[in-house]
Amino acid sequence: MADSTKDGDEILAELQEIFRDILDQPDLTLTRASNASNVEDWDSLAHINLLTTIEKHFKIKFALNEIQELKDVGEMIELIQRKLASK
Amino acid sequence: MNLDQYTVDELYRKRLGLRRQLSAVEGLQPLRIAVLGGTTTHEVVDLLELFLLDSGFKPLFHQSEYGRFYEDAAQDPTDLIAFKPDIVYLHTSCLNVQSVPPVNCPEDEFQGYVEAEAKRYRQIWKSLEQNVSAQIIQNNFETPPYAILGNFDAVSSGGAVRYFMALNMEFARAAAADSRLLLQDIHSLSARMGTEQWFDWDRYFSYKILTTTEANVAIARSLTSLVRAVYGKSRKVLVLDLDNTLWGGVIGDDGVDKIQIGRETPVAEAYTAFQEYCLSLQRRGVLLAVCSKNDEDVAKSGFEHPSSVLKLEHISCFKANWEPKHENILAIARELNLGTDSFVFVDDNPAERAIVAAQIGDIAVPEVGAEVSRYAAILEAGRYFEPISMSKEDLSRTALYEANAARASSEAQFANYGEYLDSLEMQAEIAEFKPVYLERITQLTNKTNQFNLTTRRYTQTEIDAISANPNYIGIYGRLLDRFGDNGLVSVVLGRREGDELELDLWLMSCRVLKRDMEQAMLDVLVEKAQAVNIHTLKGFYLPTKKNGMVANHYEKLGFAPVSLDPETNASAWSLDVSSYAARNRHIRILELVHG
Repeated sequence: MADSTKDGDEILAELQEIFRDILDQPDLTLTRASNASNVEDWDSLAHINLLTTIEKHFKIKFALNEIQELKDVGEMIELIQRKLASK
Repeated sequence: MNLDQYTVDELYRKRLGLRRQLSAVEGLQPLRIAVLGGTTTHEVVDLLELFLLDSGFKPLFHQSEYGRFYEDAAQDPTDLIAFKPDIVYLHTSCLNVQSVPPVNCPEDEFQGYVEAEAKRYRQIWKSLEQNVSAQIIQNNFETPPYAILGNFDAVSSGGAVRYFMALNMEFARAAAADSRLLLQDIHSLSARMGTEQWFDWDRYFSYKILTTTEANVAIARSLTSLVRAVYGKSRKVLVLDLDNTLWGGVIGDDGVDKIQIGRETPVAEAYTAFQEYCLSLQRRGVLLAVCSKNDEDVAKSGFEHPSSVLKLEHISCFKANWEPKHENILAIARELNLGTDSFVFVDDNPAERAIVAAQIGDIAVPEVGAEVSRYAAILEAGRYFEPISMSKEDLSRTALYEANAARASSEAQFANYGEYLDSLEMQAEIAEFKPVYLERITQLTNKTNQFNLTTRRYTQTEIDAISANPNYIGIYGRLLDRFGDNGLVSVVLGRREGDELELDLWLMSCRVLKRDMEQAMLDVLVEKAQAVNIHTLKGFYLPTKKNGMVANHYEKLGFAPVSLDPETNASAWSLDVSSYAARNRHIRILELVHG
């Protein structure tokens, strides 16, 4: 289960699993620099599926303004960490 | 694959992988679905695709631009017409309604607001019916998210709750009066889930997706049941375990006096309620079968318990022995002459569920758990037995299959097969298509897989058009015997090409196999062909994975081979009607009174 003590690398590993499932790319390697332009098929529809699944997986809820500002996976990890810490 | 075994989160997350696996299956039936939405529909469509693939369809989708359902259906349907949909799904919500009464709406103006909106939708449906030959599916409305007048919202002529109840009533009336319009009851679906779990305002404000993934799975599942029903693929048989499924306890160990059934304890009450639910399914045409590891006489004694709601007479096929359950289920399928794709299996034992699901690919095995109080709700959620209307055929189906079992047992007593056929005292009504049977004819073209020479599928609209076209000779056959009415069981459709009649379709329900019905059909077909100066019948056999049983159909009927495609094994046959002599000896043809 998600808990508030996860470090960035753990979150990255779990995100990688989510991205692999959602994009159906079993060999995908995700880094903090990954973003919508350097990951294949990460389009706007996939983005919705990713965010919905991330919320369910980590049992967090993003605020409406938070999700518009994400530039890459690194920022996504920081946001998830903040959310987990404030749970 | 059995999608019932995945949670909503798993389905959503692993969707693309599941889609890849399900799409690899051969022999999927192509299906073109246009989705005209009032909000963003892609998530519903993505999930719908999974469930349809799992049901043997290969769906191709067309989606309207965001919120343009009215324009695409009623004002500029060019794209829609070009897409040639088999199904049009109108997915609209309370947010898309234009004519909502203001909160101070006087009582005498309320109905005007309802009528204005209903009229807009009638326009949409009418335009669709005129422009495309598809089946139309329209959902009704959820209870609105807010009731600003509280309880009074359901009472006041300015209340949204009352307004949507009234509008839903108009939709129900429209669907009841129009066989091309099917209603998806999202009102009940959302109520079961709760509108708090249904609406997803964050995703609505961000992406215009109105509903949660849980809701979208429920919508997709319910829509799949409707589509299955349209194509005659609703399930028909409920196979039940006994111990701890229909009653509490193990009858072989505890004895009939000690099993839990009746009103004495909460557990007994719960089993009684489940038996009542099964009986209500049986009454509306679902067949019940028993598959239990027990000695047969011990198992049957459970139904003689004074509190047992289900009696042996409600069970169409009874298998209690110590053989593996999947083997017994295959035996039940053979005896009832139905495919296991029309079966649902309920057993409290997860090991039995697992082996049956693994051994029989197309049976539905819901994860009912071991709490009897949940069985009915879980079966309900699976929407396995969806009807699109209640025909007399459905209501008498149970009797029909019981009669089949009686026929099978009398077969053994005769010296030769002809004597057996004569003993059945068969009578057939064989005539050209007529309006009262068109719905059933369409249904048969879509669900008959085995005794089907060409496996061509037709929509209701196509059959309607064919029945009015003088270039076609379409005949149906209904077979009765001393055990009962088998209903309309055979369809043959010929298309005139000069002085030849090309047989586009020849199908028969497997429940009347080996009854010489095909001979009787041919006799009548030849008669009709001769009457319009046709000289030759041309038959075609197009092989599929399921129709091997009719590979020699035309040969047996005396047709001469014309051609054989060495690659596909498809064959063509012809019959000179001038030298044909009627051959049916065992079925009396009923003379119809022509009005």
